[in-house]
Amino acid sequence: MTNHWADIQNADLVLIMGGNAAEAHPCGFKWVTEAKAHNKARLIVVDPRFNRSASVADLYAPIRTGTDIAFLGGLINYLLANDKIQHEYVRNYTDVSFVVKEGFAFEDGLFNGYDAAKRSYPDKSAWSYEIGADGYAVVDPSLSHPRCVFNLLKNHYSRYTPELVSSVCGTPQETMLKVWEAIAETSRPDKVMTIMYALGWTQHSVGSQMIRTGAMVQLLLGNIGMPGGGMNALRGHSNIQGLTDLGLLSNLLPGYLTLPGDGEQDYAAYIAKRTQKPLRPGQLSYWQNYEKFHVSLMKAWYGKSATVENNWAYDWLPKLDAPGAGYDVLKVFDMMFQGQINGYFCQGFNPIAAFPNKAKVGAALARLKYLVIMDPLATDTSEFWRNAGEFNDVDTAAIQTTVFRLPTTCFAEEDGSLVNSGRWLQWHWKAAEPPGEARTDIAIMAGLFHRLRALYAKEGGAFPEPILNLDWPYLRPDDPAPDELAREFNGRALADVSDPASGAVLAKAGEQLAGFAQLRADGSTASGCWIFSGSWTQAGNQMARRDNADPYGMGQTLGWAWAWPANRRILYNRASADPSGQPWDPAKKRLVWWNGKAWAGTDVPDFKPDSAPQDGMSPFIMNPEGVARFFALDKMAEGPFPEHYEPFETPIGRNPLHGNVQAVSNPAARVFKNDLELFGKAEEFPFVATTYRLTEHFHYWTKHCRLAAITQPEQFVEIGEALARERGITAGDRVKVSSNRGFIKAVAVVTKRLRPLTVDGKTVHQVGIPIHWGFSGVAKNGFITNTLTPFVGDGNTQTPEFKSFLVNVEKV
Amino acid sequence: MASQDITARSATTTPMPQVRQVGEVAKLIDTSKCIGCKACQVACSEWNELRAEVGHNVGVYDNPNDLGADSWTLIRFAEYENPASGNLEWLIRKDGCMHCADPGCLKACPSPGAIVKYANGIVDFNQDKCIGCGYCISGCPFDVPRLSQKDHKAYKCTLCSDRVAVGLEPACVKTCPTGAIVFGSKQDMQMHAAERIEDLKERGFAQAGLYDPAGVGGTHVMYVLHHADQPSLYAGLPEAPAISPLVELWKGVTKPLALLAMGAAVLAGFFHYVRVGPNRVDEEPDPGEPTVHQVDPSVHVVDPNKQP
Repeated sequence: MTNHWADIQNADLVLIMGGNAAEAHPCGFKWVTEAKAHNKARLIVVDPRFNRSASVADLYAPIRTGTDIAFLGGLINYLLANDKIQHEYVRNYTDVSFVVKEGFAFEDGLFNGYDAAKRSYPDKSAWSYEIGADGYAVVDPSLSHPRCVFNLLKNHYSRYTPELVSSVCGTPQETMLKVWEAIAETSRPDKVMTIMYALGWTQHSVGSQMIRTGAMVQLLLGNIGMPGGGMNALRGHSNIQGLTDLGLLSNLLPGYLTLPGDGEQDYAAYIAKRTQKPLRPGQLSYWQNYEKFHVSLMKAWYGKSATVENNWAYDWLPKLDAPGAGYDVLKVFDMMFQGQINGYFCQGFNPIAAFPNKAKVGAALARLKYLVIMDPLATDTSEFWRNAGEFNDVDTAAIQTTVFRLPTTCFAEEDGSLVNSGRWLQWHWKAAEPPGEARTDIAIMAGLFHRLRALYAKEGGAFPEPILNLDWPYLRPDDPAPDELAREFNGRALADVSDPASGAVLAKAGEQLAGFAQLRADGSTASGCWIFSGSWTQAGNQMARRDNADPYGMGQTLGWAWAWPANRRILYNRASADPSGQPWDPAKKRLVWWNGKAWAGTDVPDFKPDSAPQDGMSPFIMNPEGVARFFALDKMAEGPFPEHYEPFETPIGRNPLHGNVQAVSNPAARVFKNDLELFGKAEEFPFVATTYRLTEHFHYWTKHCRLAAITQPEQFVEIGEALARERGITAGDRVKVSSNRGFIKAVAVVTKRLRPLTVDGKTVHQVGIPIHWGFSGVAKNGFITNTLTPFVGDGNTQTPEFKSFLVNVEKV
Repeated sequence: MASQDITARSATTTPMPQVRQVGEVAKLIDTSKCIGCKACQVACSEWNELRAEVGHNVGVYDNPNDLGADSWTLIRFAEYENPASGNLEWLIRKDGCMHCADPGCLKACPSPGAIVKYANGIVDFNQDKCIGCGYCISGCPFDVPRLSQKDHKAYKCTLCSDRVAVGLEPACVKTCPTGAIVFGSKQDMQMHAAERIEDLKERGFAQAGLYDPAGVGGTHVMYVLHHADQPSLYAGLPEAPAISPLVELWKGVTKPLALLAMGAAVLAGFFHYVRVGPNRVDEEPDPGEPTVHQVDPSVHVVDPNKQP
């Protein structure tokens, strides 16, 4: 989230799209209720299903799953055509005036530089700004240059007319225009909309671009950085934000630092690439501090072994030989399926249930020599070899994988912190002793580390240094304590750290650091995750604070827990003030302002605290140009502007925006050959399906919990009344739902909440399939929903396309 | 809870002892804020240690499918196509005991003390005294109590009388994530409801209103409804609930009549006794019987008109 849960109370309009907050985030949803009750906010829900969020919405619009870029692209066109944009904001805080290089082009569904054989854009050099003789990006404040971002944007979305959008999305035009009108009203500086989205946007082959389109709408309306505004990703697990923060993805290092690629063997070049100079005069370009964060990380990992002479142990860092998302789960399981991986650690993950195409995942697991499961529960994956009748019809005797089940503690059985969607690190205390032989994940990993290190010490090996030199300063080496790790993430001074200007000592050697501003690139500081710096200072554990005082009545509660970065609650909050430094709406939306000497306010300013408005520094300090980008440069796989592409399994078989057969579905998405062959066609699988969670359950965990099982005992699918009539199905019947990858059987819930849509001149029925069931647990055993889903991911993140695929439905 | 002041007790005519003046409580359920998450169902089961069977899905979201001796509250879902707006509405209502001011269950119950009403308005069942006759079920205008298959006693929501007695809110209120269920004095709840109704009217629900039906003397569980003119849209919430005429007959007109009839029978017996004398078995007269009858002085009334 750019903002946070409690801040939703400040919204005037809440758009829930690509998510179902009432269903999947009922506790956070209270802030929507709060905004409605006390701020007279309106709630709009755009979703394939009339869902629990829609049940309390002021306006609901149906949409065909996977077409959100068309819907939002149409909205961008509508806002531009009807002049419903926050002009001053857009002109000053975004890249509209920047001139794009000659050579950038978009034609027939593809941007310039496409290579069909590689399914990617190997040459993105034209996707950048024109650079002037002064070394800065060229801008045209008059917005008249034909290649300035504003005109390119306008031109790109001019094709997204209401008629075409309605035909792609299936949203009735009248309803769609009502939604657009309501959203357009928040272009006023005193009206703010928040966008709440979740896996309904991320789990598409164009998921990242959907989110970008939403962000572009918010920029046009001037809603980024505002209280009650922003782009708010509702995270699906309690600590999944912590997972990305700590860099658990294979291409990341903690704090969104990035792992070097195979071609980046030179340390200086690695740093230089990541410390970009400002692209406009007077801009901060905060990532220029990258080396301070990187060196501090390496000092936290390798201690005295990381020295200036060995480039801070740069050679010991893995160099990623897979482009893009690196070794994402789809790639790893495809490799396992191909027999290229023979051992796998499954820590808090239930892939046979949670990943697409169960048949492929199950076959891949069966090719392993060993599988280690670290989990508090006996997951379906830990029993992938067990024949559970038609729910898991495997030949047990043919599976030779050795499965080790290591029972772990759950969150309530250990101290620690959880990072919520709003980036708050909240410390929690152990409430109960773990049962049986359960041990913490930390203890298990520590045990593994010591055994591996002993083997390396004894036997040597290909590359022992990264393991042998790892610093391990914990009081109990076999079981590091959560508070020790938390202090390490925050960071401490290894030598006295002083203010470069005044020379005053900021932190003495051995002291905890106050924040990431004190990190140094000379090896005098260590910090395991720079964005967490400030969470456990010399004053103690800031995450354990529980002061909910709200002196300004803006709901920012700076004394409650601790938010990264720097306890800042709303990112880009400098943009909540106008260029002269005063809040756009001083009455109801005051967040930060220039008080004549410094930036101050109800939140921690996201800005250089002493940069006066007349200095001309722009609010988006992480970008070298200082402003927010409509034009994504070369950062996205599919191109600088989001374009609508059909889901890989499309019910209409063509892209109504352009006739190019190469550009029906995401042209830059990676597809493995064995999966390509398994995509279904509308002739055989005529209905659009989408998967989702229910309030009553949490993923595949709560089927082990009796009370949750009572409230939603048995697997079901949701079918609209029209489709049910067509197929002779009544509520309570058992139905078989099949895709080109397999089938499930479940009870039919027949509902008015799923209506047939008219798409591209055809009637399209949508089928809703909840996840949650499997062949273990106390709920009625059932089929794994991901038997049906396609094994293809988003072009940038490789998050699987769970939300849009084709099925057939028959009565059993 | 024993420490609470009882104002009414089933099958008991003796007046209740003087009670302290305590305010009436109420739970307000705002259907316009309810998202049907069922956290209330789970909290109720947790607090009251209820564990229903893991059932089946019968083609709807309502699970368990009905109230039960182990399921005292239940979210009911109803899909409604509003003919006026053309909009689909998913009306979601938490079902359970309404804690009527004039409780039909209590009125129908023949077992002394099995059902009591406290001064704060809570209607509670005492399973120790329940005889399992099920009259409370037919007496309830909302079809709420259920007989247990295990011990053949009737169960329903207690409004967490044990929590309320020590100043806590009911478990469902405590857990409700959206604040759709709130708890307080009945007066405060009515005021809160008025604010919510104003908000709903401003959002286009002209008929929004409070459900606190007079037919049962008002309730201590109230609803804010978008369509207060059509409560039955909410999975059959009664339009004008009242105690069943049979119960009214049974405890209303019939009871005094029956008492009258019983009194008349006693009186008739008495008159028969004093006029005709006791029944005698004449076949074998006891020759040793004294000629003067001993009359029990406690029942004997001296009739001056009668010659000794």
